[in-house]
Amino acid sequence: MSQDKTTTTATPKTTGHNWDGIEEYTNPLPTWWIWGFYITFIFTVVYWLFYPAWPIGDKFTKGIPGLHTITYKATTVDGKEVEKTTHWNMRSKFMHEMNEMEGVQKQWFDKVAAMSFEDVSKDAELMQFVNSAGKTLFSDNCAPCHQAGGQGKIGFSPNLTDDHWQFGGTHDEIQQTIVHGRKGFMPAFKEVLNEQQITQLANYVLSLSGEPHDNAFATAGAQLFKSEDAGCYYCHGADAKGNTQMGSANLTDKIWLWADVPAKSTQESKLAEVKRVITGGLDRGVMPAWGGRLKPEQIKLLTVYVHDSLGGGK
Amino acid sequence: MEATSPVSPVKKPSPLLNRQIPIVTRSVKGKFRTFKTAVMVIAYSVYFLLPWMQWERSNAASQALLFDLESRRFFIFNLVVYPQDIFWLAMLLFIAAALLFFTTGLIGRAWCGYFCFQTLWTDLFIMIERMVQGERPARLRLIKQPWNAEKILKMGVSHSLMILISFWTGVTFAAYFTYAPDFVYHLFTGQAAEAGYITVVVLTITTYVAAGLSREHICTLACPYARFQGVMYEEDTLAVAYDVRRGEGTAGRIAPGKGLRIREERQAQGHGDCIDCGFCVQVCPTGIDIRDGLQYQCISCGLCIDACNNVMDSVGSPRGLIRYDSEQNIASPVPHRPRLEWRRPKVLGYAASLVVASTILFYNIGTRSDTEANVQQVRQPLFVMLSDGSVRNRYQINIINKTEHEQRYYLKVQGIPANALDMGNIPEIRVRAGKTLSLNAKVDLSSEQAKATKHFSFIVIPTIAEAEPVVVKTNFHSH
Repeated sequence: MSQDKTTTTATPKTTGHNWDGIEEYTNPLPTWWIWGFYITFIFTVVYWLFYPAWPIGDKFTKGIPGLHTITYKATTVDGKEVEKTTHWNMRSKFMHEMNEMEGVQKQWFDKVAAMSFEDVSKDAELMQFVNSAGKTLFSDNCAPCHQAGGQGKIGFSPNLTDDHWQFGGTHDEIQQTIVHGRKGFMPAFKEVLNEQQITQLANYVLSLSGEPHDNAFATAGAQLFKSEDAGCYYCHGADAKGNTQMGSANLTDKIWLWADVPAKSTQESKLAEVKRVITGGLDRGVMPAWGGRLKPEQIKLLTVYVHDSLGGGK
Repeated sequence: MEATSPVSPVKKPSPLLNRQIPIVTRSVKGKFRTFKTAVMVIAYSVYFLLPWMQWERSNAASQALLFDLESRRFFIFNLVVYPQDIFWLAMLLFIAAALLFFTTGLIGRAWCGYFCFQTLWTDLFIMIERMVQGERPARLRLIKQPWNAEKILKMGVSHSLMILISFWTGVTFAAYFTYAPDFVYHLFTGQAAEAGYITVVVLTITTYVAAGLSREHICTLACPYARFQGVMYEEDTLAVAYDVRRGEGTAGRIAPGKGLRIREERQAQGHGDCIDCGFCVQVCPTGIDIRDGLQYQCISCGLCIDACNNVMDSVGSPRGLIRYDSEQNIASPVPHRPRLEWRRPKVLGYAASLVVASTILFYNIGTRSDTEANVQQVRQPLFVMLSDGSVRNRYQINIINKTEHEQRYYLKVQGIPANALDMGNIPEIRVRAGKTLSLNAKVDLSSEQAKATKHFSFIVIPTIAEAEPVVVKTNFHSH
């Protein structure tokens, strides 16, 4: 009923070309399709005016200046803030969007910067921001060593989620650690002590943490620990509880950083782990300084994140 | 293929590639037209006025129906819907589908004919055309005549009106998502959000194109419903139907002429009651001939019934040559009065699922709690050993306050000692109206307790007296 009968043609038209009796139909493209094709031409002209388009040698046309430019702020290598205006390109667009998002986050960072550590950790809504922004900062800067969740790796980097802090666990001490970095060091004792003495010390260290050990050796080790021969107590203290001022480990708790005792199942292998550390010492407990790399407010937020979100804060 | 083989003639080209004759409908009076108009008035009143209805709220715009995407809350009078209530939407869609199948099985495409947006807006735009350009013959004449002043004026006015209505349709739609009075003011002063302008422009264009230009093509070519009506109809389904036997008789339908004016004369010559006036075709918004039988294009609006009844009245034949009736009844030797045949497994099945789904939905809405809480265990690390050998697990607790006021909560643990829970320095848990707060929690257990504990529960207790505490069970991991 609603169909136009006039367009129903019985014989289709041909182009008139005839090759050995083979003819070609003329089936014109639909009008809307043709127009769509024309519009793409118009689009290319518009695109060419606005965006970088033609490659010329190792250069390219940058679009007509002023039609579509991007302004963004960036920090140069020597720490200066500069504002740049360029032709449209993906990197500038990215920088511009990053500037915008920084603007959105700024009010929260400002709030954190203006408050004391204690007050930030008491503000539940602010802690939500600390959790999410801190996670990003931590993932970008800290996770390569301390692992994604801050759990660290025995023999490589301290676990930040437990309650032991090598260099002190207060907000101020953590901030100090992040800003200036840390360096843990323990001398090698292979030149100073003989094999038996090292075995005695290692048994004593195991006994401090309640690990399986040889009692006779441990008693001898305790003597040696406090003697001038070995001099362990210089750094670890007479009670072997370490010193956060210099980052010497607390040997009496259950937490191990350099000797992977928890992973070993037999008494011999546990002993070998501890002996390895005493024999060879340590010269690689280095954490770089982040003072120049992160902004002060980022370090402050990261401090709260490490202290309150990850760690025990104790 | 041989070069000389004859070209086979194209028999029936696809309707997609053919130009369509515009359908110009004749207006009609009757009970279905009245019903359609009534539905239209109610539907338009609801749609266009609802965003302007005010409703007292403590912490959001005072609009009765507000789909606040920005704060991720839907305000439906006293009900506030949060993203986590997406289940309700799923149930609502299921109910809508079941209702559609139920009514289709019972009385055919009632949705299409009377309630569908496409039908409502097309109907309105046709009414505008009739008011500005005149009745069908006048409009046909106008289409054929060259573009002179009269045609430009009449076409211009009617299409301007359509665009204006389309525009207000778009504005109204957008007004459901923001505070309507502010939005309309901002829209005209250029301060509204970009999304608002895009919504209005897109809806103006789509409404005008769909109801002003495409019209029945949306129903016949775009809408999937027409295509699967065949599987939803049954022999007992009531549908707009032409009584072939009565209309055609044994000698076919014929226009009244000499000796064919009175019903008895016509019947004596074997002709049926259909006088072939063509009014049923002229009033049809999809331009079909209902006398060809049930077609996918039929939106069952009943206007042909009105047209035919009016003609039957004037020629003195009984009404109901075209009527709502079932295929079975029309075909039976002695048709009874058309009636709803609801005692069918399909209809009863859909009715049952409708009742069940509605009950579940309303029960769920009725018993919704004002507090929702969930606990996510921190998995990296899953647990950590502390210096004294005890084991710590950490959790993220999300508390959702679904009330309209700020709310305070206590947090307790069940199944482990109370002092095992460490919430850090947070002095008091306060959650703003309609907001979610996530908190860090640490749970420390001695190594013996840790070995014995596999599960425990967090209990979130709202401070208001009548509120139920929320208990969330969670795991505890250790070596």
